[in-house]
Amino acid sequence: MKVEVRVYPREGILDPQGKAIAAALVRLGHGSVEGVRAGKIFFLDVAGDDRAKVEAEARVMAEELLANTVIEGYDVRVL
Amino acid sequence: MKFSIVVFPGSNCDQDCEHVVRELLGCEAEYVWHAETDLKGADAVIIPGGFAYGDYLRAGALARFSPVMESVGRFARQGGPVLGICNGFQVLLEAGLLPGAMRVNRDLRYVCRDVHLRIQSSETPFTRLYDEGSVVRMPIGHMEGNYTAPPSVLDELEREDRVVFRYCDERGAVADAANPNGADRAIAGICSRDRNVVGLMPHPDRCAEALLGNDQGLKMFQSAVTALAAR
Repeated sequence: MKVEVRVYPREGILDPQGKAIAAALVRLGHGSVEGVRAGKIFFLDVAGDDRAKVEAEARVMAEELLANTVIEGYDVRVL
Repeated sequence: MKFSIVVFPGSNCDQDCEHVVRELLGCEAEYVWHAETDLKGADAVIIPGGFAYGDYLRAGALARFSPVMESVGRFARQGGPVLGICNGFQVLLEAGLLPGAMRVNRDLRYVCRDVHLRIQSSETPFTRLYDEGSVVRMPIGHMEGNYTAPPSVLDELEREDRVVFRYCDERGAVADAANPNGADRAIAGICSRDRNVVGLMPHPDRCAEALLGNDQGLKMFQSAVTALAAR
């Protein structure tokens, strides 16, 4: 099954990358941009056909490795 | 007295540390490859700087799962002195042996220069020869040294006197301009609750002999020798 795990800086955690991107967007004329948080997406191929089980396992993967939960949040989507 | 130096694929300060231990301290040094689990009779463990596992995913994130880190964790829980330098500090954070996490530097740049540090605590095996409140100069070289932790954890670190090093100016004053990476509360290094695990971003291994223009880092290693001798 295809699984997407999105990992991003938690709200309120200073994200220097997001800040720089936001400033660049404003400089390019997109003055409506009020904030950016920059994260990453993991596209996983996981064996199995039980959606709930695959999702639960992907959550464990996010907690254990993909996200550093001190500073990052995540969400999991089974496609 | 033996220092074991952990080597991950991508470590690049392992030989600097070995040089300090063997040539400057006159102690035994032993490399421990990341796939090994035997710390080879270490009295102290050093996790050197570099780019363990290419810093893929996050700095230190993959190194944490290598077989050697289980042994380092056990060694640390038994009270053994562990020093994580730069990338080694990042590994200790990811491994949960020290609290908090690293963000990309405030200015999104790799920062490579000398900084000043205030010794906040001499009550660790790696700082006991420094005077508390004294200022030392050490080089840094990192992209992710912007230390952070939840406010409650930062408060706890301060309350328990576990902030070991803070970025400061040459007179010892903590100011934003003297903070090279934006780290919360100008934190450059911390220790574990039992005080035996110490991590810092600056490189004492790169300033341990006068020949290199600065030997202020040598005391960190000498401290470990006296701490071990006192046990």
